[in-house]
Amino acid sequence: MLKFKKGMYYLLLLSMPLFLAGCESKLVVFDPQGPIARSLTDLILFSIIFMAIIVLVVFLLFGVIVWKYRARPDNKDYEPPEEKGSHVLEIIWFVIPVLIVIALMIPTAITIYEVEDIPEGYEDQDPLVVHVTSADWKWIFSYPEQDIETVNYLNIPANRAIQFKMTSAGTMQSFWIPSLGGQKYTMANMQTNLFLVADKPGSYMGRNTSFNGKGYAHMEFEVLAQSPSDFDEWVEEVKNTADPLEEEKYAEILKPGVIGRMTFNNTHLDWIDHAHGGSDQYIDSELYRITHGDEEHEETDGHEDSENKEDTNEVETEEEADVHGDSGHDQ
Amino acid sequence: MSLDEFFVTGDPLILASQIAIGLTMIGLIALVTYLKRWKWLWSEWFTTVDHKKIGIMYILAGVLMFFRGGVDGLMMKAQTSRPNLEFLDAQHYDEIFTTHGVIMILFMAMPMLIGIMNVVIPLQIGARDVAFPKLNALSFWLFFVAAMLFNVSFVIGGSPDAGWTSYFPLAGKEFTPGVGNNYYAIALQIAGIGTLATGINFIVTIVKMRAPGMTWMKMPMFTWTSLVTSIIIVAAFPIFTVALAYMTLDRLFGTHFFTVAAGGDPMLWLNLFWLWGHPEVYIVVLPAFGMFSEVIATFARKNLYGYKSMVFSVVGIAFLSMLVWVHHFYTMGNSASVNTVFSLTTMMIAIPTGVKIFNWLFTLRKGRIEFSNAMLWSLAFIPCFTIGGVTGVMLAMAAADYQYHNTMFLVAHFHYVLIPGVVFAVFAGLYYWWPKMFGFKLSEKIGKWHFWLFVIGFNLTFMPMFFVGLDGMSRRMYTYSEGLGWEGWLGFSAVGSIVMAAGFAALCYNIYWSFRYAPRDIGNDPWNARTLEWATATPAPHYNFAKIPEVTRLDPYWDMKKKGETGLKKSDLKPVHMPSNSWTPIFLGVAFGVVGFFLVFEWFTLAIISSIGIIIGLVANSFDYDEGYHIPVEELEEEERAWRGDLK
Ligand code: HEM
Ligand SMILES: [Cu+2]
Ligand SMILES: [Cu+2]
Repeated sequence: MLKFKKGMYYLLLLSMPLFLAGCESKLVVFDPQGPIARSLTDLILFSIIFMAIIVLVVFLLFGVIVWKYRARPDNKDYEPPEEKGSHVLEIIWFVIPVLIVIALMIPTAITIYEVEDIPEGYEDQDPLVVHVTSADWKWIFSYPEQDIETVNYLNIPANRAIQFKMTSAGTMQSFWIPSLGGQKYTMANMQTNLFLVADKPGSYMGRNTSFNGKGYAHMEFEVLAQSPSDFDEWVEEVKNTADPLEEEKYAEILKPGVIGRMTFNNTHLDWIDHAHGGSDQYIDSELYRITHGDEEHEETDGHEDSENKEDTNEVETEEEADVHGDSGHDQ
Repeated sequence: MSLDEFFVTGDPLILASQIAIGLTMIGLIALVTYLKRWKWLWSEWFTTVDHKKIGIMYILAGVLMFFRGGVDGLMMKAQTSRPNLEFLDAQHYDEIFTTHGVIMILFMAMPMLIGIMNVVIPLQIGARDVAFPKLNALSFWLFFVAAMLFNVSFVIGGSPDAGWTSYFPLAGKEFTPGVGNNYYAIALQIAGIGTLATGINFIVTIVKMRAPGMTWMKMPMFTWTSLVTSIIIVAAFPIFTVALAYMTLDRLFGTHFFTVAAGGDPMLWLNLFWLWGHPEVYIVVLPAFGMFSEVIATFARKNLYGYKSMVFSVVGIAFLSMLVWVHHFYTMGNSASVNTVFSLTTMMIAIPTGVKIFNWLFTLRKGRIEFSNAMLWSLAFIPCFTIGGVTGVMLAMAAADYQYHNTMFLVAHFHYVLIPGVVFAVFAGLYYWWPKMFGFKLSEKIGKWHFWLFVIGFNLTFMPMFFVGLDGMSRRMYTYSEGLGWEGWLGFSAVGSIVMAAGFAALCYNIYWSFRYAPRDIGNDPWNARTLEWATATPAPHYNFAKIPEVTRLDPYWDMKKKGETGLKKSDLKPVHMPSNSWTPIFLGVAFGVVGFFLVFEWFTLAIISSIGIIIGLVANSFDYDEGYHIPVEELEEEERAWRGDLK
């Protein structure tokens, strides 16, 4: 069975360099753009070293043993011995995994605590607070200090900690900007908290990873990290040009559907914070009813029609770039 | 409700399947009628309480469900093979990944494993049947009816579409108003009752019915893992029962256990689901570990290395499996201390798992390894599962998991544990115990095609998913835009899935070919095996053992063969007491199915009326005084002579 062993050997050869190649290429998790993402990437790389060694040892032992002890015509009379086991060996392969677990657990615990806080070196400035409200199937970002709100795009100043206070208007979502850090769920009636920092200006991809119905695949947004002065300029511009958000319009936005970018000169926090209840007044389950067959398929730009025919799709503002496709995370 | 709301209409794919299903049903009924096989079906199969036949029915249903789930998988791979494809729309894609997950775990993996347990365990412990044969038949019919009910959803009423995890609030009426998710709640509840009964049945069987002399530490490894699996079933399934009951109440009767409105708590669903869901993954993988142990020992021609530490590992895994559920939602905003504790418990599971891998490797060492098909699957399991295991440890590290969670990396992980861990095991078990069921071997030559296509296809399909996950692709996306750098990985993966499907086709062809052409004169012990199931005729007679064997050590049959004690004395034969067939299990199964169907559509009057059927079945069952029958010595003697030649 030369073929078998060879196959496995190739598998090993193929998989390991691919894993490690990840470090240099642009796989987004290996290309961190901020201190939080960097500590996660460091932890991941540290673990991959151990995993590579384990895989190597097991594959080697496997290959050698299967090859060496295969049945051949010339060992027909070989009678394998009865072996009960060996205490020494069994203790060895019990203790080694224990040591590996300890070795992995220490940095894991440190990192778990670390990423819950403002990263080191950024404490001197107060974090910028952004409220994240996820809805079907869009992201709403409110900047209470600036009193502005955006839909489906997020502008942040680089080199400053951002504190996301996250909630949902209905289904559960997961807020993830892999270049900047790990993800966390957004849930109605409660608030989760996430700190992220971008080291330098750039454009990154953000998305929902927690499946929440038909428009889920479209829940992407662009994160634009800007220099502090550019960010201030942008805020100024919004204050000068954007319209205020009204309650009626807000209810319209929350209806299930995929929409483009929007910008407003105030925040919905003025009348509702979904972290503290009240979401049910916006939920209309009839809008989620599926009608197989006569269902409208997606428009060419990938937008999905919401079931209600009230054209929530059209309520775009001056920032009308499509949320899809162009949110390239490699700049 | 109008008719076109009842039947799913308007989609050509679904219309074609509706027609195909209709025609197949008519065809099958016509065929059975033409062959005059109704009576035979009824008395030999539908009413049987024989664990071997029930096992075969489980396996047959499992193969069918594997086909259905596999088609779902291929459709998903086709849809994501290129960016912006419009082969499936979002709604269909969502339904398909939901049914794929549910069917593969609950209606494929579970029945396949329970089926093999059914066939093998009583034989392996030297018993004549399970402890409660009629309950065993009921378990099967509840499972089967539930599987049919679940499958009918895609032509009648619409399939569930909230994922196999059906997270609230999404899965509630607030966001998923149709009947689709009712199918999930009701069908899984019915199947769950059957599974729970199976767990109890096998615990009692293994604890009480082992052959004389088979002490705890002389039990075959597959028996051990089946016992531990049954214990986890009894510990974990009631949690799922409760969760599904709450779900049903929420969806059918407007309660607020898990809703956004009125103070419901969706996080409660996540906790309950995974309190069952994590043990569930060990429920399916532990029997598989047992099968590999048997096959590896047989074809390495050695006893299992480190038997005792294997037993302790299995028990340790079972214990730890109840303590790790939070690792499925590290990202729910738990405190850092909670995530740290669950990272530790999760990683600890890898320790006994590692011990098992090394024990298998050292069983092979100094052996004389024969590459039969059953052995090939067991060997391929070791490296493939190792990849699944180490990526599991990576996911276990909570902080790192913030970057992997709900991405394709996670999808790759669990397919790398479930496919080698369960599917390879089922294949190994089928090749190994096929003769025990049918009296002939599956073709080794066609089996090689099956093996290489499937194993290569599996790696091609799932290896790229690790990378596309690390590149930021989340799971369950029905489409994606160009230019993200994903299409290469996903195209590759789609090709792999076709290779894997070709492997499955080879298995089906192998079964067909072997039924027709494989030689029948293979003796009772075609593999030169070690455990008791091979000490009797192949295929096993309906009474299993003419005389219950006595056990003095591990691998008793190996020992008997060495000492030349495999013969049977005529004076040892006594009449054998056997249970009679019964119509109540299938009747109860169908009754549950009918009530379930009405509940799905929330037709409560009809549901209440038809639940009379369940009551009739239960009452009839309670007043069933049938004491079974005895097989006379003459008949035993004749059957035993037929394969042993002369008796002593
Ligand atoms: C070495 C032992 C293992 C470890 C440490 C481990 C760890 C994990 C972790 C931490 C997750 C959650 C990841 C996330 O959601 O972000 C996970 C998911 C999963 N694991 Fe494992 N795992 C192991 C073995 C297994 C085995 C043996 C099976 C099944 C046979 C399995 C099946 C699954 C499944 C089905 C999921 C995902 C369920 C879903 O979200 O749909 N794992 N595993
Ligand atoms: Cu769009
Ligand atoms: Cu788990």
